[in-house]
Amino acid sequence: MASALTARQLTGTIAYVALSALAVAVVGLLPMDDYTMHILVQTASFSIAVFGLTVVLGLCGQINLAQAAFFGFGAYAVGLGTADLHLNFWIALAMGAGVALVMGAFLGMTTLRLGGHYLAMVTISFQQIVTLIMVNWIPVTHGPDGIGNIKRPAMFESAHAFLGLCVVAMALIGYIVWRLPQTPLGRSMRAIRDNELAAGVAGINVYRVKVAAFALSAVLGGIGGGFFAGGFAYVSPDQFSFAESIVFITMTLLGGVASPVGALIGTALLIVLPESLRFLKSVPGLYLAIYGLSIILIIRYMPDGIWGFVQYRIRRWFAPPAFTDAATELTLVPARSTNTVDAPMALEVEHLAKHFGGLKAVDDVSFSVRRGEVHALIGPNGSGKTTMLNVLSGIYKGTAGRVVLGGRDVTLLPPYARTAAGMGRTFQNIRLFRSMTALENVIIGAEHPGNDIGSGHAALVERARAALAFVGLEARAQELVTAFSYGHQRLIEIARALAGNPSLLLLDEPAAGLNSTEKQGLRDLLKRIAAKGLTILIIDHDMTLVTEVAQRITVLNFGRRIADGVAADVLRQPDVIAAYLGSEPDAPALA
Amino acid sequence: MDIVLQLLFTGLGIGAVYALVALGFVLIFRATNVVNFAQGEFSMVAAYLMVVFAVDLHWPYGWAFLASLTGMALLGAIFNLGVYYPLRNRTFLPVIIATIGASIFLANTVLALYGPQPQVLSGWFETPGIQVGPVYLDSQYLLIMGVTLVLVGFNFWFFEHTMLGKKLQATSQDKEMASLLGIPVAAMIMLTFVYSALLGGVAGILVAPILFVSIQMGSTIALKAFAATIIGGFGDVKGAIIGGLALGVIETFGAAYISVPYKDGFAFLVLVAFLIFRPQGIFGERVAEKA
Repeated sequence: MASALTARQLTGTIAYVALSALAVAVVGLLPMDDYTMHILVQTASFSIAVFGLTVVLGLCGQINLAQAAFFGFGAYAVGLGTADLHLNFWIALAMGAGVALVMGAFLGMTTLRLGGHYLAMVTISFQQIVTLIMVNWIPVTHGPDGIGNIKRPAMFESAHAFLGLCVVAMALIGYIVWRLPQTPLGRSMRAIRDNELAAGVAGINVYRVKVAAFALSAVLGGIGGGFFAGGFAYVSPDQFSFAESIVFITMTLLGGVASPVGALIGTALLIVLPESLRFLKSVPGLYLAIYGLSIILIIRYMPDGIWGFVQYRIRRWFAPPAFTDAATELTLVPARSTNTVDAPMALEVEHLAKHFGGLKAVDDVSFSVRRGEVHALIGPNGSGKTTMLNVLSGIYKGTAGRVVLGGRDVTLLPPYARTAAGMGRTFQNIRLFRSMTALENVIIGAEHPGNDIGSGHAALVERARAALAFVGLEARAQELVTAFSYGHQRLIEIARALAGNPSLLLLDEPAAGLNSTEKQGLRDLLKRIAAKGLTILIIDHDMTLVTEVAQRITVLNFGRRIADGVAADVLRQPDVIAAYLGSEPDAPALA
Repeated sequence: MDIVLQLLFTGLGIGAVYALVALGFVLIFRATNVVNFAQGEFSMVAAYLMVVFAVDLHWPYGWAFLASLTGMALLGAIFNLGVYYPLRNRTFLPVIIATIGASIFLANTVLALYGPQPQVLSGWFETPGIQVGPVYLDSQYLLIMGVTLVLVGFNFWFFEHTMLGKKLQATSQDKEMASLLGIPVAAMIMLTFVYSALLGGVAGILVAPILFVSIQMGSTIALKAFAATIIGGFGDVKGAIIGGLALGVIETFGAAYISVPYKDGFAFLVLVAFLIFRPQGIFGERVAEKA
């Protein structure tokens, strides 16, 4: 990514630096009273913690209801470190961020393999525990009395100078969070938010990216808390309670969950508004009740927050221009893994089984897909075809049996590792990353270890454009995928899989829902893919498509293989006809 | 030994409350695929309604109970219409955030109306309890266990042996198919929320005389109940009940033998241990998302 700043990004960066410098100059040089400085330090330090939520909730779609606890780690580290242990502010801050990182990573690692409900509940519980410890572990935390006499770093002892420092820190961290969505890590996070299953199959290590997002969020919470403690010189447990976590979440949602600009707007509003509506605080609970109601209303009526709303209006002026130069020709390297003599089979499935409780969805099925061939897997509804594909791509763990891809045993690998090993797939119900452009979707498909397309962002863009050009949609690369028709979305999914340079392409009912013109286009596309030497395993009900493109067919019925072989022979077998058409065994063959 | 039996009794009594709330969690989860984070607030609101009717207005206990449950049914319906139903076609994240918002709203609205001072609600029975051998059986705990047993039995009968229960099950398994079969899906979801609010309400009213009636009781009970569902196996009715009972016992023994201030922390430790070593819970089976 080092050399990857485009002209647009460079303009944006210059504007950002200029704006930040202006902000620092204004707060640093303008004379202001203590109250204003107080509000501004609070806004800056809270913003850093809310940026953390922008990352984990906005970009990655994972919830964190313990941000006040992580904020508290930073604040208590700076408080205890500078007041009790007489440490340097920066060392104490680093320790606080470190503790937040470790705790965040631990929580993430224990919980993020499971669904989002777990994360919500576990973070709430964690928040409660941290509050319990802050209040009850009196010898260390001073209990409910809190910590006073917190020091600031050398050269920034005055409130005014420290405010300037906070704004600089906020601007630096804000820049990182602002740029993050366009980095490989940020793109992976967005892909997971949009469609976790597809992200895994596109080659993203979903678990690791989620843990990274959560840990990053925790660290930003810790850093924000450290600056908060420095600014206020006194901290106590009630400032880091569950209620504060809710305040952080409300700030994030109100401003706009997906952008640091929204985070700053939300934070500033929710600090300044309650200050100016002080009477609300005179009735305990009233302002939090309003926050709770606001959360419901924002989610229902303004899910993208204030900044999201503004962005939606101005996006058309800032839409990236279409590419003017021609895309390159797509190259596929089907014979990449080892040589064809060692492993003449692209895929070997040996005694594979998948049971759901007592239901044997796939039962002791074996077949092989020859390199360079188009192989079809057919069978009536409920015969286990899609289950088979899910086991092959690693979404389901097989109950028994082996999957060998190009001579390599991939049975135990998770989806992203199978993608790296050379597997690509599409889904029966389209699974694109819906908040992204066609180009970004395909870039994510291209971006995984094992795909040798050269380094740098430019190579990724070139690869993605080539894949889109191959399916005929390169001219609309910069449009959001939601703007495409159903049939075109299917083609984008195929382009996403092709961009990853698979040695085996799994297609799950690609013709489903297409009209006859689109089906004709799909047949031509599959023939062009096959002509490039790529091995395809296709599931479909459209027998015209299957007979026209497939050399070999495996037939499943009730989870068992009932036929396997050259297409024309298989389709002539009476039991295949009986199972597939449900007709008398002596009915004429399909072919 | 006597003290152990006594703690076991108390633990099972508290655990029965967690089990009831957990049951409400599971029912809504199965009907909507969403965890309702305001489930604990249902208990809290019901306890406050009891305080309003039985303490402030001096109604007879039974009438106050019925009035509170009527209020809970209404709350369940409003909750569905205001929070869940408008978001039913969105992904799960907005929905759980909205239920968290609702939980904050309910807790703090009650706080604003009633103030932070915990309220006292007396138990149902005049007699405080009976002594059986070495163990003192508190009447309120006995009531809780009895009611839980009856409700679990009713729940089983209702879902397995009545047409309405089967329609609810069909709705929770496949909404589209259920609607094609002529089941009024919207009404079934409404019914689920009302039923869960009632379950949460009963739990809150039963536990109120043991704890104080406070704003925090909702979130405390909800966390325990959620931990109970994970321990038992997520989405599993039997698991929710066993998990709830187990948690009540663990917590009571933990408070007696290890530490009182950290009593509420034990649920979290057990939860984390399960997440690490057996995330599918005691009865659960992990099923991946359908591709």
